[in-house]
Amino acid sequence: MAARFFLGFLILLLHSIISCGVYEDQVGLADWHQRYIGKTKHAVFHSHKTGRKRVVVSTEENVIASLDLRTGDIFWRHVLGENDPVNQVEISLGKYVITLSSEGSVLRAWNLPDGQLIWESVLQFSAPSRSLLHVPTKFGLERENLVFVFGGGWLHAVSSIDGEKIWKKELYTEGLDIQQVFQQDDSDILYAVGFLDSLQFVAYHISVKNGEVLEESKKSFPSGFYGSMLLVSQDILVALDASRSSIVLINFARGSVSFHETYISDIVPEVAGIVEIVPSKLSGLFALRTDASLVLFRFNSIGELVVENTFSHPTILSDSISITEGHQVFAVMQHAETKVHIAVRFVNDLTSDALKETIELHPQRGNVQKVFINNYIKTDRSHGFRALLVMEDHSLLLVQQGKIVWSREDGLASVVDSTTSELPVEKDGVSVAKVEHSLFEWLKGHMLKLKETLMLATPDDIAAIQEMRLKSSEKTKMTRDHNGFRKLIIVLTKAGKVFALHTGDGRVVWSLLLRSLRISEGCECPSALKLSQWQVPHHRAMVENPSVLVLAKCGPDFLQSGVFSIIDSYTGKVRSSQKLPHSLLQVIPLPFTDSTEQRLHLVIDSNFEAHLYPRTPDSIDIFLREISNIYWYAVDSVEGIMKGYSFNSKCKADMEDEYCFNSKELWSIIFPAHSEKLAIIATRKMNEVVHTQAKVIADQDVMYKYISKSLLFVATISPKAAGEIGSVTPEEAWLIAYLIDAVTGRILHRVIHQGAQGPVNAVVSENWVVYHYFNLRAHRYEMSVIEIYDQSRADNKDVLKLVLGKHNLTSPISLYSRPEVVVKSQSYFFTHSVKVMTVTTTAKGITSKQLLIGTIADQVLALDKRYLDPRRTANPTQSEKEEGIIPLTDTLPIIPQSYVTHSLQVEGIRGIVTIPAKLESTTLVFAYGVDLFFTRIAPSRTYDSLTEDFNYALLLITIVALVAAILVTWVLSEKKELRDRWK
Amino acid sequence: MEKGKGLARRWAVEFAESSALSSSSSSGIPDPLGYNISLHDLDDSTVARQKKDAEAAWKSQKAWEVAQAPFKNLMMMGFMMWMAGSTVHLFSIGITFSALWQPISALQGVGKVFEPYKDSRVDTITPKLLFIALNLAGLGLGVWKLNTLGLLPTHPSDWVSSLAPALEVEYSGGGLLIN
Repeated sequence: MAARFFLGFLILLLHSIISCGVYEDQVGLADWHQRYIGKTKHAVFHSHKTGRKRVVVSTEENVIASLDLRTGDIFWRHVLGENDPVNQVEISLGKYVITLSSEGSVLRAWNLPDGQLIWESVLQFSAPSRSLLHVPTKFGLERENLVFVFGGGWLHAVSSIDGEKIWKKELYTEGLDIQQVFQQDDSDILYAVGFLDSLQFVAYHISVKNGEVLEESKKSFPSGFYGSMLLVSQDILVALDASRSSIVLINFARGSVSFHETYISDIVPEVAGIVEIVPSKLSGLFALRTDASLVLFRFNSIGELVVENTFSHPTILSDSISITEGHQVFAVMQHAETKVHIAVRFVNDLTSDALKETIELHPQRGNVQKVFINNYIKTDRSHGFRALLVMEDHSLLLVQQGKIVWSREDGLASVVDSTTSELPVEKDGVSVAKVEHSLFEWLKGHMLKLKETLMLATPDDIAAIQEMRLKSSEKTKMTRDHNGFRKLIIVLTKAGKVFALHTGDGRVVWSLLLRSLRISEGCECPSALKLSQWQVPHHRAMVENPSVLVLAKCGPDFLQSGVFSIIDSYTGKVRSSQKLPHSLLQVIPLPFTDSTEQRLHLVIDSNFEAHLYPRTPDSIDIFLREISNIYWYAVDSVEGIMKGYSFNSKCKADMEDEYCFNSKELWSIIFPAHSEKLAIIATRKMNEVVHTQAKVIADQDVMYKYISKSLLFVATISPKAAGEIGSVTPEEAWLIAYLIDAVTGRILHRVIHQGAQGPVNAVVSENWVVYHYFNLRAHRYEMSVIEIYDQSRADNKDVLKLVLGKHNLTSPISLYSRPEVVVKSQSYFFTHSVKVMTVTTTAKGITSKQLLIGTIADQVLALDKRYLDPRRTANPTQSEKEEGIIPLTDTLPIIPQSYVTHSLQVEGIRGIVTIPAKLESTTLVFAYGVDLFFTRIAPSRTYDSLTEDFNYALLLITIVALVAAILVTWVLSEKKELRDRWK
Repeated sequence: MEKGKGLARRWAVEFAESSALSSSSSSGIPDPLGYNISLHDLDDSTVARQKKDAEAAWKSQKAWEVAQAPFKNLMMMGFMMWMAGSTVHLFSIGITFSALWQPISALQGVGKVFEPYKDSRVDTITPKLLFIALNLAGLGLGVWKLNTLGLLPTHPSDWVSSLAPALEVEYSGGGLLIN
């Protein structure tokens, strides 16, 4: 009966609420938003004129941004699309930022002060090639202010004023690789130089005015070239020969090409191993990177190579900049443990330093990877320098006068994976003074709120209230709270750095650049893969810290071995780290923990052998006890094959390793390659809690949900329709949705959507799947829902049996019992295209669910699951209405207030993570992309707690007033009665 | 005698009345003062019996009336319930609970209700039974109303709505291969 009451109450609530928007003054109370740009690729300073000094950067996350040189704040920022990487960025005419992107096919000009797009030119593209941008440094008044772009096999001259293409010239032949486009002293000749099949040097002399090829000079070099060439001075280029044993000087002055080969061992005998030309432009100098050192060379007056300097590793050089007429400087960064020595040297005279500084760097930042320098005139007319450092962890630092002026944690723009950790339990023994202080603060706050309620507050008071709400110390404490709102979000970034962010304000609690993920011997190209909870102590929560597992791989090849690190969640210290002796194909966290509450993980290697972690006797006992009930499946998206496996015995290859198990193939599903291409697989979240197996429908009837942890949703599309939307006709496109049981390989349901095209996004939760795709016939996006019900349980409707508990609804079931399922499905149109999709999760799974949709506009939209109910009908009956069924519409509504991100954007959104709070009504939402965003939402409103701005003081005062009134009236009535009796 | 007059004189004999009274006597001699022949004629025991009979009759009539009283109540309740409708809201819940409470409290006090009519010669069992039956009917009406409001756990949905999902014996993990 109570449940009924509750249900009725909920229904009432549901009828009353649809939106869950926030008021203006609630922004920032529970949410935070951080803006990042990613790892900087290019940086151009703009600090000549008075006014705001800025640096324009382009990054690996396809961001162009203008940063304040004083603070590092973003003036403006543009995130280009995922497949529109920025190739180069330059400043033209001192007011435009010219960017070349999409492999040299899109040229854009942005207004430097405010970042507005001035013009955009789409350039002709015939074949992929290098993309080069040349912006002449000096613009004459009578000149047309051209910028020269080479990309896609075409050379274009584009007016920098309006983006008009003045002329174009195709420089494409098979095997031609144009590597440099440059002008000499702003003459009328543009040079485009490159290699033909790496055997021939080609130089085109092109007229700046009309793009005519004035001269074409070729010369073949029999031993071939390696890699790219570097322009050292006006008419000399440097390259390496194919064997990388000699340096080739290419002199192409005045139409004649001559090579001059020098063996590296002749000039620097100690150099051994693989050498590489450092791509820093040093005007007259060039550097070679060898295994052991960095060697700086110069041509002497007779054209011979002279070694100028040798630096030990790790050393980074900047490009040279000219500070005065004829004086060029460049920066040398050298590491010495945690210190970095910055030396700015003159190109002409390496013996004297223009600047020598030493800065202390945070050890978790790693080495400097790139440096950009800029000069300024100090008040005493001497030259000062500032250096922009790009670190190994992708952070960006500005160093000036031996100090780090600002730093940006831009590694957070490339989050790979995330998990959460509880904060430490609050220990006893809080000082009295603190309590008193907080009590005073509390009272003061509530008095102010009371004033606000009674409309007595002055604007100052309102500002104070807002301040207090935003900066409440309660939300940034480093201890666990009653509602479970305070947690640590642990994120793993592409750079191999692990950050712990506090959910209260998003600050970095600790960060750790994993040593094991840095380039080292035998681990050439480490890439961070996965973050997983390793140990969550419950019994010993007071004394033991939780820990997370970081998995990485040494290279892109699937045979490369993995790295396995365990990190303490509270301190950020590495507990243990090991290089796995086997490769890493799949990681499976198991639903078991050992006696120290470490989660069991299976790592599958390329031989399909499973390795059990942690390697303790305890874990093996647990695993062996359950081995017959543990299965795994692998999906090969390229081949279109799904296979299911069980474990049977110890590895044959290594009988002594008792933590290694063989897997045996049980089933396989092969999608025919000519008609189906795997688009997406989706599973339920491992930690999802489902409250009940029954769904009460209209007229007190009941349906039993099919709830299985091994339910797998797989969608395939026709191979022809794998491209862009609109590239195929509706007849050629289809989407096939499968529901597969991952244990038995049984296909529970299969449905074909004709005329549907990807991209497909899907989310699986409880007993339903929602997926999003494009409908070519209707020219609209569509969202479909499939709900799965267990028909074999449907007969359990005898009340008496249920009352007496004589049913087998809760007894453990085997998936081999082949439950009979029925599905209900429905499709709805949806206006937005979707980048990511997820569903809210709550602690007990009672609260109704919302879908969280990362839209194309990089916002997060919350959509009630009730709209995606397959049982919606055009005219619901009274009882169906009571159940909360919304009348059928063809389109899903988008309510502006239900944007979780309100007015903010999570640029380049790549993932949304939902974390249940302890409070049943509330879900924590963390969205990441280039930006980070965190908030908490209550899909059915906070029915289990008072809102944060509930006025306790008003309640208290009301109670006190009522008690006082009762006392007074009692006394008065007593007196009156006495008076009456005396009459 | 009225109070106001009593102050003037304590007692008085109206002689004029005697003639009227004397005419009723058989001997013609006036009856002595204060003598009333009518009282003298009746037998003491008969009077008492008659009086008791009348009381018993009255008591039993009253008991029946009390026993039938819930019927009116029942009708009224029925009307109120009909007015309240079948959706769960404050009014219907209030009505239903009062419909349940009234018969229960009445049944609790069934002895007390018939206490004044208790008599060796009065049969209160039957009215009591009627009373109980009518109240039970009222209770039944209340329960029926409760059920129509959907507040009684008479459907399977009431018993399975918080039934936890069954545990699965098997576990399967995996996904796309890491490449």
